[in-house]
Order: sequence, then C-alpha cells, then structure tokens
Amino acid sequence: MTTATPGDLAGRKDELPPVSTGPLMELLSMERPPPPGPLSASLAFGWRSMLKIKHIPEQLADVTVLPVMLVLMFTYLFGGALAGSPREYIQYLLPGVLVMSVVMTTMYTGIAINNDIDKGVLDRFRMLPVWQPSTLVGHLLGDVLRYSIASSVMLVAGLLIGFRPEGGVPGVVMGVLLLIVFAFAFSWVGTMFGLLVRDERTVIGASMTVIFPLNFLSDIFVDPQTMPGWLQKLVHNNPITHVASAVRGLMEGRSPGTDVLWTLGWSVALVVVFGSLTMKLYQRK
Amino acid sequence: MTEHTTSDLAIHAVGLVKSFGANRAVDGVDLTVRQGTVYGVLGPNGAGKTTSVKMLASLLRPDGGEARIFGHDVVRESDAVRRRVSLTGQYASLDQDLTGMENLVLLGRLTGHAKKGARHRAGQILETFGLVEAAGRQVKDYSGGMRRRLDIAASLLNAPDLLFLDEPTTGLDPRSRAQVWEIVRALVAQGRTVLLTTQYLDEVDQLASRIAVIDKGKVIAEGTKGELKASVGAGAVHLRLRDAVQRPEAEQVLALTLGAEVQREPDPLALTARIDNNSVNSNGDNNGDGDNGGDNGEGGAAGRASRALAELARRGIAVDSFSLGQPSLDEVFLALTDRKAEPAPSGARKEAAA
Ligand SMILES: Nc1ncnc2c1ncn2[C@@H]1O[C@H](COP(=O)(O)OP(=O)(O)OP(=O)(O)O)[C@@H](O)[C@H]1O
Ligand SMILES: [Mg+2]
Repeated sequence: MTTATPGDLAGRKDELPPVSTGPLMELLSMERPPPPGPLSASLAFGWRSMLKIKHIPEQLADVTVLPVMLVLMFTYLFGGALAGSPREYIQYLLPGVLVMSVVMTTMYTGIAINNDIDKGVLDRFRMLPVWQPSTLVGHLLGDVLRYSIASSVMLVAGLLIGFRPEGGVPGVVMGVLLLIVFAFAFSWVGTMFGLLVRDERTVIGASMTVIFPLNFLSDIFVDPQTMPGWLQKLVHNNPITHVASAVRGLMEGRSPGTDVLWTLGWSVALVVVFGSLTMKLYQRK
Repeated sequence: MTEHTTSDLAIHAVGLVKSFGANRAVDGVDLTVRQGTVYGVLGPNGAGKTTSVKMLASLLRPDGGEARIFGHDVVRESDAVRRRVSLTGQYASLDQDLTGMENLVLLGRLTGHAKKGARHRAGQILETFGLVEAAGRQVKDYSGGMRRRLDIAASLLNAPDLLFLDEPTTGLDPRSRAQVWEIVRALVAQGRTVLLTTQYLDEVDQLASRIAVIDKGKVIAEGTKGELKASVGAGAVHLRLRDAVQRPEAEQVLALTLGAEVQREPDPLALTARIDNNSVNSNGDNNGDGDNGGDNGEGGAAGRASRALAELARRGIAVDSFSLGQPSLDEVFLALTDRKAEPAPSGARKEAAA
C-alpha cells in the first residue's frame, strides 16, 4: 500500500515541511559581505573538487588502476624484447609511463568542465560576482591532487617490481613536481575542449586525438636512436619527449638541465596559448 | 504614473535581441520592471523566455539592445549586477555530486562569507526551507521538488534585490507550487523584486502585478493583469453533451446566449465558447487601471453562462459536464494573435503599457 490518495497527502513520509517565511525575512535582511578575491574563490572551488573526489572515490580508478596496469603491461610485454629483461626496462620505462598516465588524466579536467556546462552548474557559478576563471582553477587544483595520487601509486607499483631510481627520494620528488607543473599547464588543452565541444564523448575523442600521438611519438617507450631520421626529428620536438626525458633524468640522478628548461618553456607556452583561448571561450559562453 | 525615474526601476531593457544562428530567439524585447514588484513573463515553449532572462541576468550577451539592472548595464557592469541579483534557472543548477549543505556552503563562500559564516548561513537557509533532514544527502538523490527548493534557497544566499525565477513551478505538485508562491510573496514583502517566467496564467494571476506575454521572441502584450484579461476576454465555457446529435443545436444556443463564437472540439460531444467582455458589456473601452477583469456581475461571464445553461435545459439538451474557466494560456494566445491582425484595437495593449 504505497499509493498516496489525496486524503493522506498531508501525512506523506517524504512531505517537505513548509518554508518558514518569518526566518526568510531575517535571512534577506543580512548585510552582503564583500565578494571574495580570486584566491579565495579559487580555493573554494578547489574545495569543491576535493568534495567530488570524496563523494565519488571510484573516479580515482582512472588514476590508480589504469596506470598500474600500464606499468605492468608495458614492462612485461616489451621488457624482454627492448631491454633484455623487464627489470632493466622498467628503469627506463617507468618515468615515461608516469608522464603518459598523468598527461592522459588531464583529459578529465575538460570532461569536468563540460559536465558543469551540461548540468547548468556553470550558469550558477557565473552569476557569482567572483573572478570568473576561478571555477576552472578550482578544477585544476583538484586535478593536481589526482596527478599526485596517480604518480604515487605508479611509483609504488614500480618499486615493487624492481624500479630502483638512482636519484633517490629527491630525484623522484623533483621529477614528480616537474611533471605536475607540466600537467597543470597541459590541462588547459582539456579545458579548451571542454568549453568548445558539445558533449562529454566529444571531449574524450578530441583529447585522445591529441594525447595519443603525443605519447607514442615520444621517447617514452624506446630510445629515439633506434628510429628512422625523420621520426627522430618529430620525436625530439615533441613536448612529451622533453618532459619524459627531464623526469627520467631527474629520477636517474642526472641533471637534465636542457630538458627541464624545455619542459618549463612548454608549460608556459601551453598556459599562454590554451589558457587564454580557454578564457576567451569561457567569457563568450 | 507613466514616467518613472530610472532609479526606481529594477529592470529596464530596450530592444533586446539574441540570435542563435538564423533563429532570432529574442527579437526586440522591451521590459520595464519597477522595484518591489513581481513581474510575470508568460510564453509558450520556445518563446524566448529563458533567453531573455539569461540576458537580463548577465549570463548571455545580447546581440542587440540594452538592459540595465538597477541602473547598471548588464554587459559593461556585470559584476555590479551580479552582486544584487540571483537567478534560479529553469533546470536545477546545483552540483549533484555534493550534498545540499555542501552546495550552500560553497556558494556562501563564493558570495564572500568566511568558512564558518558560510556554514552558519547554510544551516539557517536549510532550516528556513525545511531541508535540514536532506542536508547531508547528495543532491542527485533529491526529488524534483526538493531540488527546486534547494535551488531557490541557494539563490537567496546573497539576499538578492532582484530574483529571476525561470519557470519555478513547472513540474511541481500543487503544494510545492503554493510554497514557491509563498516565497515569492515573502520576498516582495521585503521590498525585493521578482521576475518570473511561467507557462501558467494562474501563476501570474496569483503573483504578478504586471505581465508581459512573449511569443516568438517578441512581446505581444504587456500590462496589468486586469488589462491583459480585458484584452483577452473573460474566459471560456467548456461543455460536454450527453448526445452528439444535439451538438449543432447546443452550438446555436451558446452562440445566441453568450454572444460568443463557439468552437467544436475534436471530441464529438464537446463544445467551447470563448466569452468576450466586449460582446455584452457596452462596447466602450474597458482598459481602465487595476483589476476590472470583468468576470463578475450580472452581465459578466458567470451570469451569461448560467443563462446559457438554463436555455439548454429548457430545450431539453442534456449536459454532462460544464465548466467556466479563466482564459487558458492557449486562449490568451489565440486571442492575442487574432488581434494582432487587426489595426490597433481599443484594448489594453501598447498604450496602456506605456
Ligand atoms: N543555446 C542555444 N543554442 C541554439 N538555440 C537556442 C539556444 N538556446 C535557445 N535556443 C532557441 O531559442 C529559442 C528560444 O528558446 P528559450 O529557451 O529562450 O525559450 P523558452 O521560452 O524559455 O522556452 P521553454 O518554455 O521551453 O523553456 C528556441 O527556438 C530555442 O531553440
Ligand atoms: Mg525556458
């Protein structure tokens, strides 16, 4: 007997209590505080991203299960053929796969923004008298956490199957930090797609079209020395190659100055180009 | 009272235009809303209500025309506008992954409250809106009515001077609708201004002091409730006969006694007659101010309808059901678009709106 007849409408279980108009008056008569600055607004949005991770922890599968799978797969699949043994190969491979996984994760920034538009949440945020891009920055802050989780998980997996970075803890930490800086910058490509295209699937498609070739036409899997000349040119001018080389160098305990500089340069360029494109699109929405 | 200084206007829009591709969704809309009033915008699906509201709320940049909110230009001074305005959109616009509480705390922080202040205010609002029990649940688990209510609650966080409500009661049960109306009344009692869009005539009837009817991106009528009703007619008589054979005769009776045009419905037993004030009331101009809706009194719709019923009974035409309704939105549109074909009628349209 669950159907409600008009008679028992008032006694329904999920009936909402009435709005109390007295307190409503009180609510309305408050003084408005001054609007928050860009930093507090961005932090508030960052807090939102954390809450989303808290409520949907299964989302983290993308930054934990998949990367570990990639490490295991590539190490044992190619290890013997490319470097003699998986154990030797992982010394070369792990920093690169780290870069690859984290760069792939940047796609989620675009998806999250696309979702905000889709669900109308962005309209509400845009009605707030705050620095408008803070919504995007908030997403990026959450993503930085995601990148850190992905990196840690992969490093642990790597260590378990024999990854022994010569650079020790400082080298590894610096490598991860550099990667996060780059990923933050690269995320702006995703945010641009998120604002540009209509639905989530297209965001994924567009991002993949960019991310896939970048990852594979790099030095992540093999030393470019083994490639034909024209391909080497391509690979050496790929930002992912610079990032992977820099991270690998840092973790191996070398000081890969040029690659680090290249990575930072690419990061600045990405923020300038795609950051401003994103802003323009955002303002136009 | 025709001249308002711009200072007591909450909304002043002139010639708003917005196109999506070749589709002119909003095609030259003028709106003037005085502070402390409820203004109703009526229109069918696709009329351009949402698009207009979004432009007024600074969410969408007009392609043409100009809008000022409390004297601030919506494009050039959007921050000043946003500080004093809230919008509850047609579709719920909260983060479905977060709880009700978290949504409000987030928005509280973003309106400038410190974390603790935001929590306090969120709690207050949840209490006021009877959502305390649901506060800890994710919004995606709310019912439609709860979501709507939380959405409106969130719009009041910044104690707005002007609230836009885009179809706030579509899809709500009667009780929830009445509660939304309560909120609107409470706001106006506080001197706030509300602009609400709706597809229901009774809603603007209950709440709004002035109304604009939008169709195909244009304002096709504007005025007080009384003016609008007078321009449309007093209402319609809906009749269902027991025997379809008697329909032609009933049609005649209605036409004679009501002095109205009678329509045959697709249902072979049903008839509808639109009652026009002008047809019985002396044909003078009835565009006076205020609520002379004209549906009462001897010569009014009710009086005429009962005479029609008596006449039907006298002739032995059996009537199964009978109703006298306010003009429905359909009828308002029919009437308004009909009149558009004529040269300027004496009715309460543009002149009265000025
Ligand atoms: N973002 C958009 N892109 C393209 N066309 C749009 C967009 N938004 C609205 N339109 C079009 O503009 C017209 C007006 O739409 P709008 O949403 O303003 O109508 P409405 O009066 O709010 O209708 P409803 O009662 O269904 O909510 C419609 O023809 C619609 O298809
Ligand atoms: Mg709409």
